[in-house]
Amino acid sequence: MRKVAVAGIGFTKVGEHWERNVKELFAEAALGALKDASHTEIDQLYVANMMGAHLQGQIGMGAMMAEAIGKPGLPAVRIEAGQASGGVAFNEGVKAVASGLNDWVLVGGVEKMSDLLPEAVTTALVAAEDQEYTAYTGVTKTGLSAILHRLYSKEYGATPEEIGWFAARSHDNAVGVAHAQYAFKLSIERVMTSPMEADPIRMMECSAVADGAAAILLGPADKVATGIEVAATSVATDYLSLAARKHPLTLEAVKAAAAKAYEIAKVKSKDIDVLEVTDDTTIDGVLSLEDLGFAEKGKGAKMVAKGATTRTGEIPTNNFGGLKARGNPIGATGLYQIAETVMQLRGKAGVNQVPDAKIGMAQSMAGVGSTCSVAILRRV
Amino acid sequence: MSVPRYWREEKPRYRLMGEECAKCGVKYYPKTPVCSCGGTEFKPYKLAEVGKIQSWTVIRNAPQGYERFTPYVVALIELDDGVIILSQVVDIEPEAMKAGLRVEYAFRKVTEDGQAGLLQYGYKFRPVVE
Amino acid sequence: MKTLIRVGIVGYGAYVPMYRLKAAEVNHMWGTSGEPVEEKAVVALDEDTITIAVECARQAVKRSGVNPAQIGAVYVGTESKPYAVKPSGTIIAEVIGATPSVSTADYEFACKAGTEAMQTCVGLVGSGMQKYAMGIGADTAQGKPMDALEYTAACGGAAYLFGPAEESVAELEASYSFVTDTPDFWRRPKEMYPRHGNRFTGEPAYFKHITGAGKALLAETGYKPTDFKWAVFHQPNAKFPINVAKMLGFGMDQINPGLVSPVVGNTYAGSSPLGLAATLDVAEPGDRIFMVSYGSGSGSDAFVWKVREPIKLRRGGPKVKSYIDRKRYVDYATYLRHRGQIVV
Repeated sequence: MRKVAVAGIGFTKVGEHWERNVKELFAEAALGALKDASHTEIDQLYVANMMGAHLQGQIGMGAMMAEAIGKPGLPAVRIEAGQASGGVAFNEGVKAVASGLNDWVLVGGVEKMSDLLPEAVTTALVAAEDQEYTAYTGVTKTGLSAILHRLYSKEYGATPEEIGWFAARSHDNAVGVAHAQYAFKLSIERVMTSPMEADPIRMMECSAVADGAAAILLGPADKVATGIEVAATSVATDYLSLAARKHPLTLEAVKAAAAKAYEIAKVKSKDIDVLEVTDDTTIDGVLSLEDLGFAEKGKGAKMVAKGATTRTGEIPTNNFGGLKARGNPIGATGLYQIAETVMQLRGKAGVNQVPDAKIGMAQSMAGVGSTCSVAILRRV
Repeated sequence: MSVPRYWREEKPRYRLMGEECAKCGVKYYPKTPVCSCGGTEFKPYKLAEVGKIQSWTVIRNAPQGYERFTPYVVALIELDDGVIILSQVVDIEPEAMKAGLRVEYAFRKVTEDGQAGLLQYGYKFRPVVE
Repeated sequence: MKTLIRVGIVGYGAYVPMYRLKAAEVNHMWGTSGEPVEEKAVVALDEDTITIAVECARQAVKRSGVNPAQIGAVYVGTESKPYAVKPSGTIIAEVIGATPSVSTADYEFACKAGTEAMQTCVGLVGSGMQKYAMGIGADTAQGKPMDALEYTAACGGAAYLFGPAEESVAELEASYSFVTDTPDFWRRPKEMYPRHGNRFTGEPAYFKHITGAGKALLAETGYKPTDFKWAVFHQPNAKFPINVAKMLGFGMDQINPGLVSPVVGNTYAGSSPLGLAATLDVAEPGDRIFMVSYGSGSGSDAFVWKVREPIKLRRGGPKVKSYIDRKRYVDYATYLRHRGQIVV
């Protein structure tokens, strides 16, 4: 298995792109990655997208995007793994290059959520859950996280405010970020006085409807000058339903994916300089932080509230705003995380730079942990 | 709405019928084709109809088909036989929900396919009526 | 009417939803001042006649101890069928596990559809065609806003599993049906609310048919009102059942346990079946119960029940009183929402 490197990154601003369709968004990100890499040839395309069927009535985005980027005929496929589509597509791309079957692989993700009304998006987001026994109860994705949020408070004594800090911290990091959806601070007071979304989770603890696309060009490390190596990539799954989990507050898929990634990269959590986690809600971020090994189970919320995840803290996390503030265009999110990690490792993160970032980790997650992908990148 | 999909789940939903792996005894609700022990033989298993609340949420922004019921409670319930189930909890004000509350099976309407479509029923749970 | 094989109730169940609308709230809305009942039962957002019937049926099966696969019929009487075409009975039969070896159908005869279903089940068991058969009366009757019936049109029901008398909690001694074509109350298919003849629904309708059926059954059986410990009559409001009891020679002591309309309202096809359940909840072995239903259109079914020893062991779980005491008041707007009259 040969080493794989990131040759180029590209992404659109995250926001409501009323006038642009999925092809245009994808092409902007893809061309941006090719330009960033000063490279034009690719021999395999992966397109990460979760809800195209619901939002645009569009599937078959593999062939569609090959055409959209001016390469009809290119081997292409859409990768769908719920909200982990981006991270899992990245994993597929790395495997394609590492195996030697492909040299230059473009992994892009796109989602265009603003095309439908909120209740339709809510319905689409819960499509990754069992339809007959989870979605049938009328629960939403946020509702499932809320069940864990309440259980977490009860089990570990963390207050809703401590958990709520995750959103405030993410927003702090989005200030000055050109591609962020919400590039402004959000005080903990505003978070905690926002209306209930699904009790006990409040509206300002949740990522919003967003459109965006992000793309990564991968190549064999010995042919890529940029020197950002993929040290590890892993994917794991877990039972879909919270009812089937032995310990719902432990996201086994996150733990398993992380363990495998640490082993492959031969690093431990303390070696990670920059971290991107899934904070589509605050509690998802807290549990991810813990199950990735950065906090003891039950201590994550307090840790975040106290500042451990700020740029000057022990583990700088969601350094461009995370899902909450940079934004969460679902299928693209995992690839925004990779791109932002690359920016940190290149030293090109501007005001958001974590000094001397050498090793970065990105975690993408579906549902309440039914699929998780973890990638570790290293500046060599 | 798919009639076959609804009809297929009638008995499991109406009667809280799951399955038990014949090889290792693990209970499944809903049933599954292959047990995590590798077993493919199962026996019918009827879930307990009473349990207690482990955790819950209040849905205020519902998915399509459920809007007219908001706000409603969805909870993780530990049934008296140890099986955990996810279900709406009804006949209680959301503010009155408590961990440990004893609840029992109730047959209720879940959603309907507009004015002319199929009525869909299923299990929910309610505070035990003594 | 008597059966060839002796028939009885082997299990019974009842249900009243928990929400209540006070008559005072109706008066507050319209600036009126009637109080034909104190308050009435209103369904939750996710309840309908089928869910109510299922509750009743499940309780009846549980209390009876009968294997549901042996139940050979499920007949449901209601005037608020969730489907105009598609039987409620099949859903109930599926839930309780009576399928597939079962006969089901939905009955309509206004407020006596439930007792019609019961009569039919008595016939099936009494003829030997089925060992066990269940008759249910349940409704979520719609009250037209600003109409006199708005105070009383309520939701609830009861289910009766019939089987061999020697297994029963109450044996059926005899029954009688008295029917004429008397159009006191009706609803055309595309109409949302029924129409009624106001005072015409009294003497030529309710009173004539209940007393007609009641007197005929008393004559057939040779019983006098004093031979009965209890009596249950159809309860469209608080006053009518009291008056008809008096007309037939029954007293307040006899009708009290079964008189639920003042706090539940008129549960239409569930009305006298619910009253019977409330009576069975307190009856002792040896008690005789006189019951007469009434359904507009019009007609009455009369029954003589004799309570038996097994009743003491087969009325576990919530009683009618438990459901009556379980309540939460709604204001008029919430009532409209629960009745589906605010379109979301």
